[in-house]
Amino acid sequence: MRKIISILLLFILTAGFTLCLLDIPFGEQKTKVGNYYINNGARETGAANIVTSVVVNYRGFDTLGEITILFTAAIGLAAVLGHPKKNKDPQPKEPASLIVYTGYRILFPFMLLFGAYIFIHGHLTPGGGFQGGAVIASAFILMYMSSKDKKINPTAVKIIESLAGLTFVGTAAAALTLGRPFLSNFMPKGEFMTLLSAGIIPVIYIAVGFKVGAEFSGIIHDLTGGN
Amino acid sequence: MDFLNNYIYYIGAFGLFFIGLYTMLIKKNLIKIIIGLTLLDSGIYLFFVAVGYLHKGTAPIISGHSPASEKMVDPVPQALILTAIVIGVSILALALSLAVKLYQHYHTLNIKNIKELKW
Amino acid sequence: MTIITILILLMLIAAIAAAVFKDLLNAVIALCIVSLINALLFYFLHAPDVAMAEAAIGAALVTAIFVIVIKKTTRYEE
Repeated sequence: MRKIISILLLFILTAGFTLCLLDIPFGEQKTKVGNYYINNGARETGAANIVTSVVVNYRGFDTLGEITILFTAAIGLAAVLGHPKKNKDPQPKEPASLIVYTGYRILFPFMLLFGAYIFIHGHLTPGGGFQGGAVIASAFILMYMSSKDKKINPTAVKIIESLAGLTFVGTAAAALTLGRPFLSNFMPKGEFMTLLSAGIIPVIYIAVGFKVGAEFSGIIHDLTGGN
Repeated sequence: MDFLNNYIYYIGAFGLFFIGLYTMLIKKNLIKIIIGLTLLDSGIYLFFVAVGYLHKGTAPIISGHSPASEKMVDPVPQALILTAIVIGVSILALALSLAVKLYQHYHTLNIKNIKELKW
Repeated sequence: MTIITILILLMLIAAIAAAVFKDLLNAVIALCIVSLINALLFYFLHAPDVAMAEAAIGAALVTAIFVIVIKKTTRYEE
């Protein structure tokens, strides 16, 4: 009975969506806001990556909300799973194979370096804070997979995460002390297409990269039975 | 065939959406339902970025090879989907932590057996 | 049949496989294939930031979190 009703619902939804999709042409100009960001974005913010200038400068408040959602999810997960009971059925711990362990020892510093490169050059090449943070978290997943007795220090990770969040909000609020609106670009713009350019965008993306990397590492630590 | 070439992205995106929705409605294992949620999210991301595409446009990054006078695709949907991907994975982590706690309490993940609400 | 049509058909077949398999580890690997082909399609739509985010988050973090949770609960569907 449940199957028949759900298949009927899916047919009705398909018909509705097909009627809507015939009015959205593929590949034509649809909005005007994108044109304004493309024409004036590089001159007003000084960043070569237009998506970065939209995420941090024009829509910076949405990024602040997203950081809050990540923080709430990490806190919720730590509250639900943070107190492990004693092991009722201890499984035999077998060590990982030699290939995984050797690969971890060779690749771990390079993965951290690559992740840091991605979020430092966020305003020049494709990339940014979220992608760099995810690559750093993948390096820590490799560390957890390779040996059973290597753990991260949860207190240090939480301190790094809190300090990065404070840097983000502090940089945004420092614009208020100079009489300009919240999250506006008050640092000098510098020369186009060099590393130290585009005002507050590198500072914010470095803070976001640290925060996202520390957050996902804390999530993995809580899921594998942290102590 | 011209219709297929123009609208193939939309068909793929909504195919993913409907497969995810079907999995969430029919299946009884809690982890299968969460897999359906992830499929649904992936379909929406593909649809959104496909709406902002322009014929003969390039990526919205100014570099030495593409000076600032070429036609670029819309950068606003890409910024919104970047936020949505990270939010999706954080919701997934929270849902899976609740599933682990449910298994520790009931020793089963079949949603027909997990009904002990105190009305 | 252009290459984009073939890729989208492969993605839909992998999604149906993720919904149908009874062994949960196989379903998670099919989900990883869907994420990877999704990242490749983002590259064809001229969106490099979104492709990088989907490849790093969808193909590495989601799969790892699912495998850790499946190890702590049941492996088969019933």
